[in-house]
Amino acid sequence: MYSEKVMDHFQNPRNVGEIENASGVGTVGNAKCGDIMRIYFDIDENQVIRDVKFKTFGCGAAVATSSMATELVKGKTIYEALEVTNKAVMDALDGLPPVKVHCSLLAEEAIHAALWDYAEKNGIKIEGLEKPKSDISEHEEEEEY
Amino acid sequence: MDRLIYLDHAATTATRPEVVEAMLPYFTESFGNPSSVYGFSNKSKDAIATARDTIAKSLNADSKDIYFTAGGSESDNWALKETARVYKDKGRHIITSAIEHHAILHTCEFLEKEGFEVTYVGVDENGIIKMDELKAAIRPDTILISVMFANNEIGTIQPIKEIGALAKENGILFHTDAVQAYGQLPIDVNELNIDMLSASGHKLNGPKGIGFLYIRKGIKIRNLIHGGGQERARRAGTENVPGIVGLGKAVEIAVDTMNERTAKEIELRDYLVERVLAEIPYTRLNGDRFNRLPNNANFSFQFIEGESLLIMLDMAGICGSSGSACTSGSLDPSHVLLGIGLPHEIAHGSLRLTLGDENTKEEIDYVIENLKEIVQKLRNMSPLYEDYMRTNNR
Repeated sequence: MYSEKVMDHFQNPRNVGEIENASGVGTVGNAKCGDIMRIYFDIDENQVIRDVKFKTFGCGAAVATSSMATELVKGKTIYEALEVTNKAVMDALDGLPPVKVHCSLLAEEAIHAALWDYAEKNGIKIEGLEKPKSDISEHEEEEEY
Repeated sequence: MDRLIYLDHAATTATRPEVVEAMLPYFTESFGNPSSVYGFSNKSKDAIATARDTIAKSLNADSKDIYFTAGGSESDNWALKETARVYKDKGRHIITSAIEHHAILHTCEFLEKEGFEVTYVGVDENGIIKMDELKAAIRPDTILISVMFANNEIGTIQPIKEIGALAKENGILFHTDAVQAYGQLPIDVNELNIDMLSASGHKLNGPKGIGFLYIRKGIKIRNLIHGGGQERARRAGTENVPGIVGLGKAVEIAVDTMNERTAKEIELRDYLVERVLAEIPYTRLNGDRFNRLPNNANFSFQFIEGESLLIMLDMAGICGSSGSACTSGSLDPSHVLLGIGLPHEIAHGSLRLTLGDENTKEEIDYVIENLKEIVQKLRNMSPLYEDYMRTNNR
């Protein structure tokens, strides 16, 4: 079902984790649909993404696209990161099954959401970045089992 | 990783070597068409009769009331569509449950388009049909009740005797999809007042592509498959003789070994359930704790998603299944898990493990050890787990 690259990024995901006091954090998707991605950026004074981490709740493709997206933006400027599209993520993974294309869209949105958060925190405007539409839903139920 | 631990017996089972052996002569030697006149075909004819008798006996039914089909889905389609069409002058109302197999649910949707009305009765948190709702749903124009014997995902066994009695009292036909239950639970169609029953060969170590529909004498049903006069002119098509022989043999073995086999499976299932619930936090068992199929365990692991879990289990050589949306090809998780009231995110993190004859305690230990590691690994990757931990450590 999945390409070797997808399986590799699922089995050995790059950049899993959190960043304390991150420059920007973006969370997209919702638990109801079964996908949530969160990306953390550590951005230096030259607007270069020094470090990036992610956490994902979702299927194999969701984990792999998150992992690949972090690889593609690491060390890039925020404007270069903005150019990383869902197609770029998919191509880098040697493709995704059609039903999983939405996972790559989520990865693109997660990058945008983290950049938006960074821009807001720093009171700047990133040319070409729109307010991300997809956002995490409120946890209406915090049931414990 | 060369190990393979198969824990998906509700999906399908291996055909037993004894079953294959019984089938083989009917491919190459006694291949005659049972409908032919010459004596050479008698072996095929006799083999079908023997299988039919074995199956009838297993249900305390009459041999004449067993009709071979291509499997569970055909049996379900036939039972619903072709009785509905006959009894439509009496009424156009059908009652079923919200957690049926898609072979029933999609057939009901088809019938709705044909002008029938269907009531989908809800289930409680363990997946047991709400009897008061079922009773309340009965109307003068109700012609058929179809409720599965036991659920394929969560294993819950339905109060079939009560439903059968209720249907009989009200003069309504009662069909049950027993695809998962047959071979695991004793079934007596007379005691339970079952009018029609669907079953499939490959769920009980028989071959794929063969099943049957039990139709009680006197029930009016039209043909689903038209053509020749096979199966007392009710189901056309040259009989799948090797399949029928294999099914007969599988049923014979399933009945002979039922007590011992299911006792062993229950012990192993309970061991699995107890250890998983005790050793993996934020986990629940889906379905009734005890009133469930001997071989079925179904868990939800909070904060993680089922497909990821299945892939990681697969890498450890473990075969299971999930009700997660990602495994069904739609955005919604399983209708059964939603039907028992699970929130979407909990339903996404489900895992079904279904045992078979050959599974051992040592295998279960291996599965539990791997499961613990995998669940923790996925949770460490999960933003839901991160949020939960942050909130609760504050």
